[in-house]
Amino acid sequence: MSGDPAVEVSHLTKVFGGRTAVSDVSFSVARGEVFGFLGPNGAGKTTTVRILGTLISPTAGSATVAGIPAGPDGAPEIRQRISVMPESPGLYQRLTVTENLDYFARLYGLPRRRARITEALAAVGLADRAQDLTGRLSKGLRQRVALARSLLNDPAVMFLDEPTSGLDPVATHEVHGLIAGLRDRGVTVFLTTHRLEEAERLCDRVAIMSTSLRTIGRPDDLRQQLFSASLDVTVAVALPEPGRVFGGLPAVQGWKAAGPAAAGPAAAGPAAAGPAGYVLTVSDVRQAAPAVTRALVAAGADVLSIAQSRHTLEDVYLELVGDAENTGNTEGGPR
Amino acid sequence: MNVSRVGAVIRKELAEFRRNRLIVTTAALVPVLFMVSPTASILSIKAQALGTTLDKRVEASLFLPLLIPVLVPAIMSAYSVVGEREQGTLEPVLTTPVSRAELLIGKAAAIFVPAAALAYLVFGVFVAITQFAAIPAVAAAVRHAPQLPAVLVFIPLLAAWAIWVGLAVSTRVTDTRVAQQLSTLGSLPPVALAALMSFQVISPTFGLVAALAGGLAVIDCTACLVVARLFDRERLITGARPSGGLPAPASARGPSVIVSASARLARRAAPGRPRGFRRSP
Repeated sequence: MSGDPAVEVSHLTKVFGGRTAVSDVSFSVARGEVFGFLGPNGAGKTTTVRILGTLISPTAGSATVAGIPAGPDGAPEIRQRISVMPESPGLYQRLTVTENLDYFARLYGLPRRRARITEALAAVGLADRAQDLTGRLSKGLRQRVALARSLLNDPAVMFLDEPTSGLDPVATHEVHGLIAGLRDRGVTVFLTTHRLEEAERLCDRVAIMSTSLRTIGRPDDLRQQLFSASLDVTVAVALPEPGRVFGGLPAVQGWKAAGPAAAGPAAAGPAAAGPAGYVLTVSDVRQAAPAVTRALVAAGADVLSIAQSRHTLEDVYLELVGDAENTGNTEGGPR
Repeated sequence: MNVSRVGAVIRKELAEFRRNRLIVTTAALVPVLFMVSPTASILSIKAQALGTTLDKRVEASLFLPLLIPVLVPAIMSAYSVVGEREQGTLEPVLTTPVSRAELLIGKAAAIFVPAAALAYLVFGVFVAITQFAAIPAVAAAVRHAPQLPAVLVFIPLLAAWAIWVGLAVSTRVTDTRVAQQLSTLGSLPPVALAALMSFQVISPTFGLVAALAGGLAVIDCTACLVVARLFDRERLITGARPSGGLPAPASARGPSVIVSASARLARRAAPGRPRGFRRSP
């Protein structure tokens, strides 16, 4: 990841009729980066990708793709240097896998077409299905053919829209490996996905969209920015007075009960006799964990576990997008 | 204009036609059916029915072949763009370097060549049958009919017209059935003109035929430019017209989204408001 950004977007806005699909979005993607583009349906992800893929024009703002300004003059050159894999594979079902790829190889004007097709099919594990009609392939295999098609022109930037949609776990794992391999080869991957674990696993940075850009950054950084450090404590029996145990401990800022204990020992009824959980907000885990352990032992509690809480990218996503949807901030538009 | 890309489109279109037996069968059967009636009409003329009856039957028989290069191409070209859109293949194609003109010319050529060839073939078979199987006077009437060279000239011109009308419709509508109906309707006006000449409502002088053919040829050649202008990537992909006026400048709408989002994150992570603890007792 170095040099000029592979994708640079500045104040991008797209309005369809009276509906705003994308509103004043700015970000950049470094060369060789795997960039995750997340958001709910109608958030403007596909519209943004279509603008960057020169399929549609922005209402306002500008974009640069592979170092070329997106616009009528730069569009043909951008198309030569990128590939776009839409959510729907978009294959000619009466043609064979090879015929589909050959058509696109010719449209790109590629030399050594046969060799490139063979390489692309081998990369997605479809070398032995080259002569099959695509209409007879399963959804997952068609998705892989579409991925092979997007590899043909050795693009500088690949836009992948839900590349693992409809794939079984094994095929998904293979596609993940392929995307990781692309990063190793220096290909910039712009990954639009709903699968947050996929984004967390593959992406160097993620952007979360909901018409406007909600946030952008490395998954770890977003977690740290959005969620305070916390400890998950589990004891054999609910504490009678947890406030007295946790209150005043060094580095502990707050606490709450989790699970049956959240309703209080009386309300929990028989469940109160079982294990109980507490989540503690802490300013420093290393300082707080030993203090909490000592306090629990001193209170006579049987400690089952104490662990640092782990927030996923899904937590970040729900925190940001959930708020936007609750406040009606998500505006629709053509996908 | 990149000829190899046009060739790629033609090659793909023809491969798809070949694989679709229904298209091939229909495309071949319609012209044959259209020629059954005129052939039977010509062959059934008796020697005593010569004169006005002969002239009328020959006129009618030489008009019907003009429908062949119109009907089949009109339906096929109407499907050409909207059909790709419906099956989701248009978007990947439009992300490649192929230009609108290259794509449209490739699609048009892939329909024009077989349609015109088929029309000539069927018409040639019709003429051959009349020459060998009809009575000599009828055969001579067909051979020397003034409409005969006009048919030969108008077959490719009408085919091209029908194809461009079909493609124009196909780039603007969102439903295949609507496209095919509008395309068939749009391809008929020149056929009506040809019919008026075939039935001698308008006297088909050499000058008039040449002028009409020349006019149609000019329209056919420039139609690519017109249809290419109608071919709006954004409209085809999103189904929406490009937006009108620009929204207010970013500066008028407050700080940029990244700044706003960052500020929001900073607020959320601030001590005293841990986000995961909103329900704390």
